[in-house]
Amino acid sequence: MQSKPALLKIFDVLAIVLLGVSTYFALVKAPTELVMGNVQRVFYFHIGTAWTALIGFLFTAVLSLIYLFTKDLKWDRFQVAAIEVSLVFFFITIALGSIWARPAWNTWWTWDPRLTTAAITELIYIAYFMLRQGIDDPDRRARFGAVYALIGGISAPMTFFAIRLYRTIHPVVIAGGNPEAQGGFSMTSDMLTAMFVALIAFSVIFIDLYWNRIRLGNLEDQVEQLKLKVTM
Amino acid sequence: MFLQEATANTDGYMIAGYAVAFIVMALYVASIYIRSRNLNRDLTILEEMDKPAEINEPKFRAKQTVKTVTKRGGKK
Repeated sequence: MQSKPALLKIFDVLAIVLLGVSTYFALVKAPTELVMGNVQRVFYFHIGTAWTALIGFLFTAVLSLIYLFTKDLKWDRFQVAAIEVSLVFFFITIALGSIWARPAWNTWWTWDPRLTTAAITELIYIAYFMLRQGIDDPDRRARFGAVYALIGGISAPMTFFAIRLYRTIHPVVIAGGNPEAQGGFSMTSDMLTAMFVALIAFSVIFIDLYWNRIRLGNLEDQVEQLKLKVTM
Repeated sequence: MFLQEATANTDGYMIAGYAVAFIVMALYVASIYIRSRNLNRDLTILEEMDKPAEINEPKFRAKQTVKTVTKRGGKK
């Protein structure tokens, strides 16, 4: 069993501490929004997880390209790890959005362009794992996965720009003034601070989980290689 | 909700939101830990299975050599 590198241990601790700090800023330091009340506080985690997940999905497209050029399975493991962590984070984003929407829009879900593109993105990457499950040959699996993730990467910017390109009720909190948005709010300086703390915290948590997941992928590969050696 | 004057009481939704976020993250961390533990177990077993094969290989070759000598000896 390989021991954890010291830097990863530091990241583990830092991720836990920053999660605590971000929770404190979101629940205590940030003021209560006048109209929506305390449910607005889920916004900080919503935007923190959304930011990291969408960057993660874009990053996987880059990793796919690198794999397709180099054919080194290491890049495939990096890609799988990034997609898995991004998928978990994006699930949190969607769940928090839905919980916020219930009091703000009076519904858990509506087929608004932003929500629809977000759901499609999540489903695309769930299907990615289903596709991989169906292919036994590692090289073929990696090649198919890379092409799929490369095309799937388009869904991330589509989700991000959905509220800026289409008519939507989803608020554009940062650099946007959507007149049809329902549940929008003006950010005070304390709210902005809480949001940036959440962005930093979730970026560090993402890196930490990503690193741990890469180590798991390497271990999976090691076991797979040894299984082949023993059975031959 | 937007026509009301007082701040809405949405504490329950906030608690639900944070509970979901923490539970999902905790489950994912647990899944990484469990998968890693199981793989380490598999690795230990496989390494043990692989070891005797490496030790027996030279012995097997030595036996073969002995057999050849005996055969030649028998022919003589």
